[in-house]
Amino acid sequence: MDASGSPSGGGRVPPPERPSEVRVEPLICLEQVTHCYDADRRDQPALDAVDLEVADGEFVAIVGANGSGKSTLAKHLNALLLPTEGEVRVAGLDTRDPATVWEVRRMVGMVFQNPDNQIVATVVEEDVAFGPENLGVESAAIRTRVKEALAMVGMTEFHSRAPHLLSGGQKQRVAIAGILAMRPRCLVLDEATSMLDPSGRDEVLNTVRRLNRDEGLTVVHITHFMEEAATADRVVVMDRGRIIAHGTPRTVFAQARRLERIGLDVPPITALAGILAAAGLPVRPDLLAVEEVVDALCPS
Amino acid sequence: MLRDITIGQYLARDTAVHRLDPRTKIISTMLFMVLLFLVPHLAGYAFLGSFAAAVVILAGIPPRMLLRSIRSLAFILTLTFLLQLFMTPGEPLFALGPLVATREGFTMGAFMISRLTLLIVMTSLLTLTTSPIALTDGLEYLLRPFRRFGLPAHELAMMMTIALRFIPTLLEEADKIMKAQMARGADFRSGNLLRRARSLIPLLVPLFVSAFRRADELALAMEARCYRGGEGRTRMKQLAFAPRDGIAFTTVAAMFLGVLFLRVWS
Repeated sequence: MDASGSPSGGGRVPPPERPSEVRVEPLICLEQVTHCYDADRRDQPALDAVDLEVADGEFVAIVGANGSGKSTLAKHLNALLLPTEGEVRVAGLDTRDPATVWEVRRMVGMVFQNPDNQIVATVVEEDVAFGPENLGVESAAIRTRVKEALAMVGMTEFHSRAPHLLSGGQKQRVAIAGILAMRPRCLVLDEATSMLDPSGRDEVLNTVRRLNRDEGLTVVHITHFMEEAATADRVVVMDRGRIIAHGTPRTVFAQARRLERIGLDVPPITALAGILAAAGLPVRPDLLAVEEVVDALCPS
Repeated sequence: MLRDITIGQYLARDTAVHRLDPRTKIISTMLFMVLLFLVPHLAGYAFLGSFAAAVVILAGIPPRMLLRSIRSLAFILTLTFLLQLFMTPGEPLFALGPLVATREGFTMGAFMISRLTLLIVMTSLLTLTTSPIALTDGLEYLLRPFRRFGLPAHELAMMMTIALRFIPTLLEEADKIMKAQMARGADFRSGNLLRRARSLIPLLVPLFVSAFRRADELALAMEARCYRGGEGRTRMKQLAFAPRDGIAFTTVAAMFLGVLFLRVWS
């Protein structure tokens, strides 16, 4: 069994093992992070002593029901929220240090849930330029960055459109381009697909997967769609401010019962595999793709 | 139906006037406005009027668009004219009951009408030929020197940009809320003015609540993208004067000198 796949109750989550490499400092490192929105009610923290590491180039999905603390966790990754207790380090920089907070935000870009509420400018290319403009990048260099970023999300032809005339998926791609233009190391999607229709979700996810694969961009994808988590390198499950399970999608989704108890579903195909396995068919209950189930049922 | 409202009346064309730097257009319009109050006699207005007509033709603006903006202010124009006509003391022309129209009043009225009409035409020309973004950029540049007196030039420009960005979004949302309320029996269209104003409450309250939520989220998104005010910020599109801006400035300056000369002469 995969060493990183053992579920544990809130312990340290190691990055996937890379036997050939010497252990390097992970890109993002959370140590015993606790966050209370209300200082008077420390008994109900939104995050409760969370330990998490995200390695460079990884694609991590964080899943959990509403109020599980997954969005609070996301906002800790780029210093939009600071830990009440514990420590968050991004590439070795402590997010509580006001001197490096902008460097942290440049390295960890964030795409939010509502596509309309994160686009600042009235023209697509102007909006993509917003980040580099804030960083004080020189005018000609911003132009190249904007062009590159729009090409990377496949929105080049829309460069002079008005954002409100784009579809939800296109708006989110523009938002992603706006982050890419800042040359980040990690992209955090804070439920960025939850307000999109299925085709918009595919559009955004395919873009992000390609960026992860081809550009080596680290991705932290926060979602409540289990199918989306199924293609990640690693899934982290949150419940009431704690990490209750983590590992490869296969090991996490094999625990269907446990996930259902905290209000989560497994991907439909995994659920079907589970039912078939329970009915005595030769199907393993941890399958994630339709093809895998087909192969199991009709071996050629 | 709310979507039909267009804010700003920019008419996208590719003419020399459209291509002028927004700063050139703003400054020229302001100079022209000063000129309007310096011109000593009606012949001067004919001159300024023909200049305005030339710009209208050059910019390819259909005259009916300008007529429309003049018509919307027709009431004020008429009122001004009548006030001048009857209130200026001088040689009586005719009497309407206790009111006496005077020759001087007529001249003053004609002056005022010419002034206001040209004022409307030139300011409309500015907004018709300059996109709201260019206008905002130009204003930010021009207001920059006043920063040392505490004028938040960058912040004002950013506010205008965000307002422009969110107008269509909020109109769309207003439309949606209106339909939702109508589906539940709300009536926005009948009753007297007071009744209709009151029926807007179920539209405005949710709209405001959502606008505040949007503002909150936008602020967070801007912060996540390293926005920290105008200090140390660069721009992708930098305004640059071209030779045609020089020509425009020279023309306006020549007119200005001409009018000053006329004024001193007469």
